[in-house]
Amino acid sequence: MNILELHHLKKYFATQKAVDDISFDIQQGSIFGLLGPNGAGKTTLLRMITGIFYPDEGEVILDGKKFDPLNDIIKIGYMPEERGLYKKMKIGEQAIYLAQLKGLSRSVAVEKIKFWFQRLEMQSWWNKKVEDLSKGMSQKLQFVITVLHEPKLIILDEPFSGLDPVNANLIKDEIYGLAQRGSTIIFSTHRMEQVEEICDHIVLVNLGKKILDGSVQQVKNEFKQNVFSIQLSGIPSAISNEAFEIVDEKANKLTVKIKEGFTSNNVLKYFIDQQINVEGFNEILPSLNDIFISLVEGTKATTRSFQKV
Amino acid sequence: MNKILLIARREFLTRVQKKTFLITTILLPLLFFGFYALMIYFSVSSDEKYNIAVADVANIFKGKIEGDENINFQFVKNETAQTLKQQVENGKYNGYAIIPDTTNILNQTNVSVVTEKSVGLMSRGKIEDKINAAIEQQRLLKFNISSTQLDSAKKEGDIQFSTIGGKSDSGEQADISYAIGYVSGFLIYIVLFIYGAMVMRGVMEEKVSRIAEVIISSVKPFQLMMGKIFGIGAVGLMQFIIWIILMVGLNFLLPVIFPHLAAQMHSSNAQNQTMQAAETIKNTGLINNISGINFPLIIFCFIFYFIGGYLLYSALFACVGSAVNEDPQDAQSLMLPITMPIIFGIVIMTKAVNEPTSGLAVFGSLFPLFSPIVMMARISHGVGDVVPLWQLLTSMALLILGFIGTTWFAAKVYRTGILMYGKKPSWKEMWKWAFRRS
Repeated sequence: MNILELHHLKKYFATQKAVDDISFDIQQGSIFGLLGPNGAGKTTLLRMITGIFYPDEGEVILDGKKFDPLNDIIKIGYMPEERGLYKKMKIGEQAIYLAQLKGLSRSVAVEKIKFWFQRLEMQSWWNKKVEDLSKGMSQKLQFVITVLHEPKLIILDEPFSGLDPVNANLIKDEIYGLAQRGSTIIFSTHRMEQVEEICDHIVLVNLGKKILDGSVQQVKNEFKQNVFSIQLSGIPSAISNEAFEIVDEKANKLTVKIKEGFTSNNVLKYFIDQQINVEGFNEILPSLNDIFISLVEGTKATTRSFQKV
Repeated sequence: MNKILLIARREFLTRVQKKTFLITTILLPLLFFGFYALMIYFSVSSDEKYNIAVADVANIFKGKIEGDENINFQFVKNETAQTLKQQVENGKYNGYAIIPDTTNILNQTNVSVVTEKSVGLMSRGKIEDKINAAIEQQRLLKFNISSTQLDSAKKEGDIQFSTIGGKSDSGEQADISYAIGYVSGFLIYIVLFIYGAMVMRGVMEEKVSRIAEVIISSVKPFQLMMGKIFGIGAVGLMQFIIWIILMVGLNFLLPVIFPHLAAQMHSSNAQNQTMQAAETIKNTGLINNISGINFPLIIFCFIFYFIGGYLLYSALFACVGSAVNEDPQDAQSLMLPITMPIIFGIVIMTKAVNEPTSGLAVFGSLFPLFSPIVMMARISHGVGDVVPLWQLLTSMALLILGFIGTTWFAAKVYRTGILMYGKKPSWKEMWKWAFRRS
């Protein structure tokens, strides 16, 4: 079942087509990666999903119904990239206030905040002020505030920036936990290694358009270049075969690219015929990073210029 | 609506619980009164005592110049400048005055006072006054005029003003109306500035600390803005009420706590010309005049224009706050178009309070950007004759329309501005934000 469907969303600003006809679906319980270079339109897209902006055209379907910003806000938890808290306000009070703004009653808010503070070992923070916290600590607090009402849809924009590895893992585990309990997570970032690790499904946007949509595995398979790595007991002096060419050679490890019309078996057969032991053989899939760079480079995305709409 | 209340509540509580709020709210009037009391205390109780020897050779004063507790004139005979100087140096007197026998009371009356040290301004004035009073007395005697004759000659005629409608229009009442109009107009002027700027700073704080988007994802930008405006408005109202209570309370309490000081204040008041006028008002019928002023109406109008003016301007201040970034200097330049009409308002008000029916005053009291300040100056002169009812109602209706207009405009700018980081927009761009489809 799809928790969120976007149909032909468009948002034009005075000098830019920030989002230009983007559609995709997100399955309930999945961890979804929204990728794109700076200025690709990710934040605008997220702001339309959270009801901060109205789309110029197209519609957002949340949970099977047309998204209604006024009443559906409780179903969404949004941690924007530009985030912060009232510096002079006590942390406990602040968390209660923000939870109440989401629509929780005071007593429910207190209960949930206590639960989360205990879970992330933050009980001693209650009467401290935000200005007393380090950047990483306030990031953690921000995460708790985003998810404490257990929304169906959690949107995290660069959630790990400023977190040390220990705390990043802690948050990562919480994200997995939330997904298991049925929340759907949209994860916006340009840190590809995190996406590869966490996300089930990704969409890549560039210049306001969707240019890639699929599961991580699908995308990788789509962009694979038939490159394999072979670990051998010894390397023969001269290798020549019509099935493959050698890309790289390191100690007893070869990286080969299989030519069109041949399969991995042709490669293996060649070495077996030569009485060389094959100790390891695996396909090298491109990293998302490589795919990202190859897709975005050359599109002038890094210096997206202003234009008349 | 519920969320606006939540936001207003937070805005109110965080401000009221601050130490600076307590200090400004409670200490300010105390300080004010303290200074006032000190000033009077110092001006009244000058420690300088003068004992002045008068060698009245011409005998024009007939051996008598009235002194007081600080200044004493002692008449001496058979002394010369030389011997007097010596006595001053010895410390017997603080100074001396010699009136040579060539002096004529009617024209050339030269009195030279020689003192040990330079005389302070207050004491100098007092010495002059005493000597002049004595001279006047002697001259009157010379003309055979008694002081009762003089008093009856100087007595003012009783001139009464009234309007065609038969309403008495006494000068005292005009004075009171003037004071009420001026003070209430000025208070609203201050309210617009203080609390308008407070709204602006609050919006800027939210933008700078990057919490705006976190909140905007839960509530509409309009709700956030209105919550802020209502919350700070409530702070302002409360602060004003506390100030008024404190001022009134201190006014009554001060004489009880410091009876000595109060007596001095009273005596200093008596010397003061305007206070003397107030005294006569008290005697002739202050009660009468005050009852001629429609206080419930004035208080109602004050609260109406206080709230209306605040809502109108604070929305504009909020929209400036949302447009600027970290740099407070940006706010300064964007604020100019908002502060200008407030200042114009106070300028028109000072004119309107004197001529409440002039064309400028009528225009100022109707135009919603000026009316909160100007209308108060006119209303105190009376609704019905000076301010026709239709003008009051039109002014109120225009003010309501005005603040709906500015709030609508500000909300549009605010929802764009609060999420914009980077360069400061111009008013032209903000105007565009307001009128583009969202």
